[in-house]
Amino acid sequence: MAQMNMVQALNSAMDVMLGRDPSVVLMGEDIGYFGGVFRVTEGLQRKYGEHRVLDTPIAEGGIVATAIGMAVNGLRPVAEIQFADYIYPGFDQICSELARLRYRSAGDFYAPVTIRTPCGGGIRGGQTHSQSPEAIFTHVSGLKVVMPSNPRDAKGLLITAIECDDPVIFLEPKRLYNGPFDGDPHKPAVPWSTHPKGEVDEGHYTVPFGRADVVRAGAAVTVVTYGTMVYVAAAAAAALGIDAEIIDLRSLVPLDVDTICRSVRKTGRCVIAHEATRLSGFGAEILSVIQEECFWDLEAPIQRVTGWDTPYPHAFEWEYFPGQKRVALALETVMEPT
Amino acid sequence: MNKRSRLHLPRAPARPGEAPDFGYVALSPAGAVARPDVNARARDVEDLAVNLVRVLDDAGAALGPWHPHLDAAELQVGLRHMLLTRLYDERMQRTQRAGKISFYIRSLGEEAVSVASCMALRPGDMLFPSYRNQGLHIARGMPLVDLMCQLLSNTRDMCKGRQLPVMYHSRAANIFSISGNLATQFPQAVGWAMAAAIKGEDHLAASWLGEGSSAEADFHHALLFASVYQAPAILNVVNNQWAISTFQGYAGGEQRSFAARGPGYGVPGVRVDGNDFLAVYAVTRWAAERARTGAGPTLIEHVTYRAAAHSTSDDPTRYRAKDDHLHWPLGDPIERLKRHLIRSGDWSEARHEALIAELEALVSASWKEAVSYGTMSEGPKLDPDLMFEDVFEKMPAHLIKQRDAMRRERG
Repeated sequence: MAQMNMVQALNSAMDVMLGRDPSVVLMGEDIGYFGGVFRVTEGLQRKYGEHRVLDTPIAEGGIVATAIGMAVNGLRPVAEIQFADYIYPGFDQICSELARLRYRSAGDFYAPVTIRTPCGGGIRGGQTHSQSPEAIFTHVSGLKVVMPSNPRDAKGLLITAIECDDPVIFLEPKRLYNGPFDGDPHKPAVPWSTHPKGEVDEGHYTVPFGRADVVRAGAAVTVVTYGTMVYVAAAAAAALGIDAEIIDLRSLVPLDVDTICRSVRKTGRCVIAHEATRLSGFGAEILSVIQEECFWDLEAPIQRVTGWDTPYPHAFEWEYFPGQKRVALALETVMEPT
Repeated sequence: MNKRSRLHLPRAPARPGEAPDFGYVALSPAGAVARPDVNARARDVEDLAVNLVRVLDDAGAALGPWHPHLDAAELQVGLRHMLLTRLYDERMQRTQRAGKISFYIRSLGEEAVSVASCMALRPGDMLFPSYRNQGLHIARGMPLVDLMCQLLSNTRDMCKGRQLPVMYHSRAANIFSISGNLATQFPQAVGWAMAAAIKGEDHLAASWLGEGSSAEADFHHALLFASVYQAPAILNVVNNQWAISTFQGYAGGEQRSFAARGPGYGVPGVRVDGNDFLAVYAVTRWAAERARTGAGPTLIEHVTYRAAAHSTSDDPTRYRAKDDHLHWPLGDPIERLKRHLIRSGDWSEARHEALIAELEALVSASWKEAVSYGTMSEGPKLDPDLMFEDVFEKMPAHLIKQRDAMRRERG
């Protein structure tokens, strides 16, 4: 075991996989010589060579397309898109090609590509470095969509992604790279060394997709969340003294419906929280599943906590970000006696 | 006189009611273009993107440094593949008109592009076709029955009923799955070629797209990545002059040739007579040698003509001059190779007629077998459960649930 932040844990996952499997290659903008703008691939080109860790042109469509071709030819590419906000030029290759190749060729061709990309706000990144586009990819049949919230899960989920023969969109909440963040930008930053999930196994291990993590058991209300909002929601509930059960989904596709519903049946109340915008956000899907599966167990209408339906604003970051206040209001609303 | 900005609108040379005019097509005489060393640098061979590599002249003589000097037997195989492609197309077109398949795309007039390219490559080379490259599948020896079963979406359909007709693939024949989204295969082929180089293998990747879809960003990505990594790839632009009703001027072909985009990326671009079997073969062989000797990618523009409609869904008499393909200055690829073989004493009209009869019988027998595996209206049917398979490697819970719901819905 070692202390790692999320950057180091992700680096360790790729280090382990590059070492174990000669078909694994990394590719992306600035990821080779420089080690990535967030340092996630630092040292890996030096260790494994320029043929295994490729710097690429600034062309996300080209990165995804060539990754597909490489995967069809027996490699296992891990492509970094420098920011999730830059993924759109690769959108056709992801949705029309990567996601559907196995289906359209009846399993004769498939492309085990992992697309890693930093997402989310809280870093003063403005509208081009802060987006949370996960719902767009969950809407595409054939993609697995994952978002870890801590170093230990990040490493295990990334190894699962690389070993998986299906394409995976692997979203990394960049505000969590260096430490858990409870939504309060005025508090001093907390490093991962203070958190139990900053303890990471240095070897090979996996965290399976489709299994949510109950990060705090509770009886009063279920909070279904993922990414940065895991910490924001936990802090808000703690401040209110509400005995909330906090569920970190970890993977959105496949979705752990059983864990969500088991909890809601127990608590009868539910808040769903994500950073992404509200309209057609993934929260709407979770909400629909809950009302389909456990409507009669509900004591109150389900509440959603999300970013506002605007582009991510630079100057109004903390008015935009779904911080503890917004979560608290939702918790209080859902806890009102019926 | 006042100079001012203006919006230029490319004009097709001839629309319905007008006389065909192919004066815009820059030609070179057969045998006139020099054949540079395969390891030449892009900047030293830029004339290849301007001139037109041709081997066969109008009389059927093979001339000049690009003459590949193939055995008569090999040329006869090429003629056979092209004829089979054409007869298959004719029959499937009629079959669509009879309502037995939903859609079809012919490659009439472009048979040499696929067949000669394919024959110049090795079986281990990976092909990334567009939807008008059926000559590749035929030249790689895929049984017609397999292709027909795909068109029929029947119980032997390689795509299990998931793809529009003509979107074939074959893992065994190293032919990639065709996408209906244009140009996506171009940069994928470059990725495949990069992987071959990373693994130290001697295979190359070849891809084809139409001049119309060269407008997509994927074309740029393919050329860029191929150039940056010097990937062993052959990138083919099939300039058949038309993208449905849109003339090649709207893809940027008025100002410079499509081949000329290669040198802009540091990739040699070769403009070749796409209706000249020998020239297509020779240029592809040149590009393949480049790829296999570490000299990197080549862009080939095949100058040809889409003699038929885009697909069974459009009527070309609504947007271009009637029978204009009969005036195409580069003629017909099958007629030209036939003329060459007759001239060298290796073919005859009688053998040609006999071959047509043999291949027509093959097409008929294949169709008879294919329909025995089911058609859209009768015979055995694919199990609708297949709809839910292969979305992922293993079917996830939400798809199992939906599959079960569909079963209940069907009763």
